[in-house]
Amino acid sequence: MREEIITSGRLNPHIDPYLEIWHWQIPLYLFLGGLAAGILFFAALYTIMGKEDKYPGAVRRAPIIVPFLLVLGLFALFLDLKHKLFFWQLYTTVRLQSPMSWGAWTLMIITPLSLVWVALHIREFFPKWDWKYDILKEIEAFLVKYKYYLAWIIIIYAVILGIYTGILLSAFNARPLWNTSILGPLFLTSGLSAGAATIILFAQSKKERILFAKIDLLLIVIELFLIVHLFMGFLASTSVQIDAANLFLGGQYTAPFWIFVVILGMAVPAILEIMELKHIKVPVIIPVVLVLFGSIMLRFIIVFAGQMSRWLY
Amino acid sequence: MRYAMAIDTKKCVGCADCVVACQTENNVPIGYCRDWIVEVTDGTYPRLEIELRSERCNHCDNSPCVRCCPTGASHYEKGGIVVVTHNKCIGCGACIASCPYDARYSHPDGYVDKCTFCIHRIEKGEKPACVAVCPTKCMYFGDMEDPNSEVSIVLKKRKHKTLIPEAGTKPQVYYLI
Repeated sequence: MREEIITSGRLNPHIDPYLEIWHWQIPLYLFLGGLAAGILFFAALYTIMGKEDKYPGAVRRAPIIVPFLLVLGLFALFLDLKHKLFFWQLYTTVRLQSPMSWGAWTLMIITPLSLVWVALHIREFFPKWDWKYDILKEIEAFLVKYKYYLAWIIIIYAVILGIYTGILLSAFNARPLWNTSILGPLFLTSGLSAGAATIILFAQSKKERILFAKIDLLLIVIELFLIVHLFMGFLASTSVQIDAANLFLGGQYTAPFWIFVVILGMAVPAILEIMELKHIKVPVIIPVVLVLFGSIMLRFIIVFAGQMSRWLY
Repeated sequence: MRYAMAIDTKKCVGCADCVVACQTENNVPIGYCRDWIVEVTDGTYPRLEIELRSERCNHCDNSPCVRCCPTGASHYEKGGIVVVTHNKCIGCGACIASCPYDARYSHPDGYVDKCTFCIHRIEKGEKPACVAVCPTKCMYFGDMEDPNSEVSIVLKKRKHKTLIPEAGTKPQVYYLI
């Protein structure tokens, strides 16, 4: 039998025998960023469509958690850095070819915008809120007047943020599992789905809950379609990509991926949401938690499995 | 100017002198290496072939690490040498994840580190430490754009390959086969 045995003298920590440079911080951030993008997307979308009063849960209530999600995500990113005191170097330059650079700048823009959005709707939670200073009141009046345009800016940045969480990985051609442009749309869809699911929790009326259950169902179907596409692409590609796909098709990530992400995170909540639409009583928290769980597992598994896929040895 | 290295796999005996020379010259932390020996045994017993390679950063023409670096710490120096500026590096790991050769590592001090082609020696007109110490003289270093440099001459004479050119990186360490 013909054999090829490769022995490498390299044994650098976190590089060999396989890459372990990114731990829990990056997938956690990818999840939080995607979820934040999803919530902001729907808040801005229904503002632009002028249905603010019809869907207050999406527009006014759910975005309250977004600044917390983003700050937590940024903190996770900071924890991931190994040369922490130099983090400000990110903001001394714009490098268009580096997804991480424009991701850092996107966060720099969308985090304050999300805070502004929450401030505009603070009375939803504190009806007697008073901005006290005239200048703040004037700024508020100005922003309320131009809220439509603010929503447009937010929706654009929300889409960039959602796609960026996937593009960040797909820019690395050294890791065959990540090196597919499907990851951008897949992570965007997953983030939107997580966002829609979270909005269900904040919904004020049955009508709003039903709408977001329907949206979430559609997004889950798109996600499943993208996952099938992902594997079709890999299996029709080069040997390193076939090896990468095999991590999920019989390899060590098969069980966690198909059980946690596809069955528990997509199929089961989809069935529960269909039951809900058929007026069978299901506690609304169950499908929501499952969708969020599937979304977070998808990131963890893709980030960890991707580091095991490689070109050379 | 385009610096490149050619390594003769037929002359290399895998002694790892290059590895030790590099660790000493560049004060590489214990347990890490910027260059390393790879032994590939290929064939059907008893007809086996061994190839010995001294591997390192390929100082690619189209470096994914430079492209992915968010701060510009990873950059091209004169002659296409890929270098990391330590106090611009935030240790995010993007370059490590982007290198198909896994030639980079995270230095215990936080920044990312790798082979520099001994740029500090080249500037003084010396050869990289690994090339200088090789007991079988199997390594050649020089300017690819100068037709009379030893690397240009040996690449003209000998059959050669690069590692995973299909990764699209245009590597500049050549292996004579």
